[in-house]
Amino acid sequence: MNFKQQRDNFRAKKISAVEAVEESLRKIKDDQLNIFINHFEQEALSNARHIDNNFDDFIAKPLSGVPIAHKDIFCTEGLPTTCGSKMLENFIPPYDSTVVKNCLDAGSIMVAKTNMDEFAMGSSNETSYFGAVSNPWNHDLVPGGSSGGAAACVSANLTTISTGTDTGGSIRQPAALCGITGLKPTYGLVSRWGMIAFCSSMDQAGPFSRDAFGCAALLDAMASYDEKDSTSTKRQDTNFEESLSKNFGSLKVGVIKNIQELDISEDVINAYETSKTVLSGLGHKLVEVDFSELSSGICSYYVIAPAECSSNLSRFDGVKYGYRSKGEKDIANLYMNTRSDGFGDEVKKRILIGTHVLSAGFYDAYYLQAQKVRRMIKLKFENFFKDVDLIFMPTTLDQAFEKNRKSDDPNRMYKEDLLTIPANLAGLPAISFPNGFKNNLPIAGQLIGKYFAEDLLLNTTNKIQEVTDWHKMTP
Amino acid sequence: MAQNDTLIKGWQPVIGLEVHVQLMTNTKLFSPAKNQFGEDANTLVDLIDLGLPGVLPVLNEGAMKQGIKFGLATNAKIAETMIFDRKNYFYPDLPKGYQITQLHYPIVRDGVVEVNGKKIRIHQAHLEEDAGKSMHDKYDDKSVIDLNRSGVPLLEIVSEPDIRSASEAVNYLKKIHQIITYLDISDGNMSQGSMRCDANVSIMKPEDKEFGTRAEIKNINSFKFVEKAINFEIKRQIKILEANGTVEQETRLYDSIKDETRSMRTKEFANDYRYFPCPDLVPTNITEELIESVKENMDELPEEKQDRFMNSYNLNEYDAGVICADKETANFFEKVVENADVQLAAKWIIGDLNALLNKHDMDLQESKIDAENFSELIQKITDNTISGKIAKEVLEEMWNTGAKVSEVIDSKGMQQISDAGELENIIEIILNENTDQVNAYKSGKDKLFGFFVGQVMKATQGKANPGLVNELLKKKLS
Repeated sequence: MNFKQQRDNFRAKKISAVEAVEESLRKIKDDQLNIFINHFEQEALSNARHIDNNFDDFIAKPLSGVPIAHKDIFCTEGLPTTCGSKMLENFIPPYDSTVVKNCLDAGSIMVAKTNMDEFAMGSSNETSYFGAVSNPWNHDLVPGGSSGGAAACVSANLTTISTGTDTGGSIRQPAALCGITGLKPTYGLVSRWGMIAFCSSMDQAGPFSRDAFGCAALLDAMASYDEKDSTSTKRQDTNFEESLSKNFGSLKVGVIKNIQELDISEDVINAYETSKTVLSGLGHKLVEVDFSELSSGICSYYVIAPAECSSNLSRFDGVKYGYRSKGEKDIANLYMNTRSDGFGDEVKKRILIGTHVLSAGFYDAYYLQAQKVRRMIKLKFENFFKDVDLIFMPTTLDQAFEKNRKSDDPNRMYKEDLLTIPANLAGLPAISFPNGFKNNLPIAGQLIGKYFAEDLLLNTTNKIQEVTDWHKMTP
Repeated sequence: MAQNDTLIKGWQPVIGLEVHVQLMTNTKLFSPAKNQFGEDANTLVDLIDLGLPGVLPVLNEGAMKQGIKFGLATNAKIAETMIFDRKNYFYPDLPKGYQITQLHYPIVRDGVVEVNGKKIRIHQAHLEEDAGKSMHDKYDDKSVIDLNRSGVPLLEIVSEPDIRSASEAVNYLKKIHQIITYLDISDGNMSQGSMRCDANVSIMKPEDKEFGTRAEIKNINSFKFVEKAINFEIKRQIKILEANGTVEQETRLYDSIKDETRSMRTKEFANDYRYFPCPDLVPTNITEELIESVKENMDELPEEKQDRFMNSYNLNEYDAGVICADKETANFFEKVVENADVQLAAKWIIGDLNALLNKHDMDLQESKIDAENFSELIQKITDNTISGKIAKEVLEEMWNTGAKVSEVIDSKGMQQISDAGELENIIEIILNENTDQVNAYKSGKDKLFGFFVGQVMKATQGKANPGLVNELLKKKLS
């Protein structure tokens, strides 16, 4: 069952919200993949009853009667929010994030919060304090990260929609590895209020669903101007679900020139070439673009993201909330031991890198240089978009990989984000969708659009999904 | 560079001040929590001030406008764009682990103020958030934190090293205090910490081309201590250099009880604050329209007020200067003269009232004197109800009890005797009792006139209208 069927059933009163939630919770309790950090039976059922009792108020809402799982990075009032870290294992926020509140208002029912890489730092979901998540297609493989739990949740059909966040590919890469659709919106479309910050200038929340339709409906719920987030953008509301049926006509789509030079696996390239013919078949014109300079983005990203994270994570010091090391006699030791014990290795590594690149004497060589590269990439995209409406490229270099395989080699792991990072650096929207299948594992491609072109991205993906079946495959 | 009158033992002090001013705004710099002093600990705290995970700052435009006002008042350049940086350091009363401040793009640059005819340049003034308060002496075995102050907007005003003596530093600080209180930028209350001062002090020989190594004295919280701390520091540095030592670049703390400065940390142990632009705040433009609207709504500056008082009240420069030294006195004056004689009011404010304030080390607001009552006092002098001498007694009573002027006069029977018939009777008696003196006066001893006046005053307990007494005495003795 996909999102649309589930919502239609609710709207047609074929299934109540309570029944939908009960079914979802049953599957969640049986989960063998370690997809969830917490689930909330009582709260979910009481919410579902409220929706059933006020059916008329909710029938027209974008997510009416549909169970949802939120990434455990979004603060939920009165319910634990761990961010995948020991540091926040017992942290209960006194407030809701805007995303969670928007989804509630849109008629969805939160049933659980999903596992993730610690503080969203990772590409395999293996840095979570609560253990790795298994890929629903093959339990020996990773689901991708950092929103690994959220992607696996939809892939394994435990819910039909879930939320994630994407700082360097954390929605698109796990969507790709789990065979579902995931969208990273334009920076500023979705409020960051209540979303625990990793790299504030790139963090952006977005939807997961099996297909573009589910993503469109969930984005309708998530997106809002929020005066509590200064980086959120005031703009005319677009109805993404409605825009799925719009006709944008024939588009110019940028495709990657000399893709063989990018260290991408043969299977992924084959799927890419097939998708190109699909795009042509839909009447779009393909234009080759030179992507080579954009690969410098990864170096820029791995300076800026740790720099911001080193500052954003300073608040976790054991003084006010969260983990605190026991029996400390002075403040320096309290800080040191709380942070040494409370953070995992990947987080500590990034804090150290970030601290270093911002230090006196290194700032210009690293941080400032990285910002220049970031600006260059932004300009490069602006130039691309003078000629094309969309850019199409693979989401990942390869398919899902084995647990522990790449964790020992940070450079290989960081390279995982090569194709996703440029959109984050530029703040552009990008959508990943399944576009192939090999070795019983999904393959994905992504479309990158101009600022606030989510409607076009969803529309184009939807058109592709009308003529292909990759998104319908389930593990 | 050097001015000889400020040399101390042949050394030229060079001083720059960093003044932290808490801004008067409804809410904090980046959160909707109230900006107030003196509430119960941790009651003025929002999620944002607690630094909870996931919270985000939103700039308070009111604070931005206060910064613009200060820029306009000091003829400074005002930034076109508001950009904030993060200053990273760990401290328990800094919940986020960083302070949001302006390192590279201060809201105000290149200002100037005039202090006793000398121009002192302001390098920059920038907005930043205050930290919370750590208290280590409340309990024996633990420290506690009050976050009411966390996030309160500050304007840090950094002067150029243009100051050459401790007393000049105090005058500069008083000038800043005058500007911020005149424009309602801050209440400027140093004892409550809404104005705090760091002083950078170095010394050099007049012929030296470069400044000496400076020490920074932190957190001085009164005008008096600014002068003392700087003077102590100058002497300390002279002693070191004259013994062929070297002054270390360091941060020092002024201990007002021992009247000395002590080392806090030296340069090697200085923090690396790892500043970088705060990604949570998008650059905000300061438009010409915004600056214009701030300008239109801006209160009069001290100099403007002084000019106006000279022109429209016909006060002399000195009187206008004293009355306009602080806004409260100037406002008080204007209220008083709505119904009272201007020159007499000025004389009494500058003289007797100021003397009382100084004697009790109070400001007008703290005293029991209100403008309306004081105005009545002046009116009573003008209309001869009481003499100047009696007025002093009435003022004393007003100061002590806050009583109404008319009540004091009535209850103590202090009205001036201006009834010619009554005075004539008294004069008659006195002249009859002192026939010797009358004869002496009449035979040419003019000086005795004062004696008769004194006798009348004595008989009337000072309440006789002196002008009338003079007139009547002259008539009787002629």
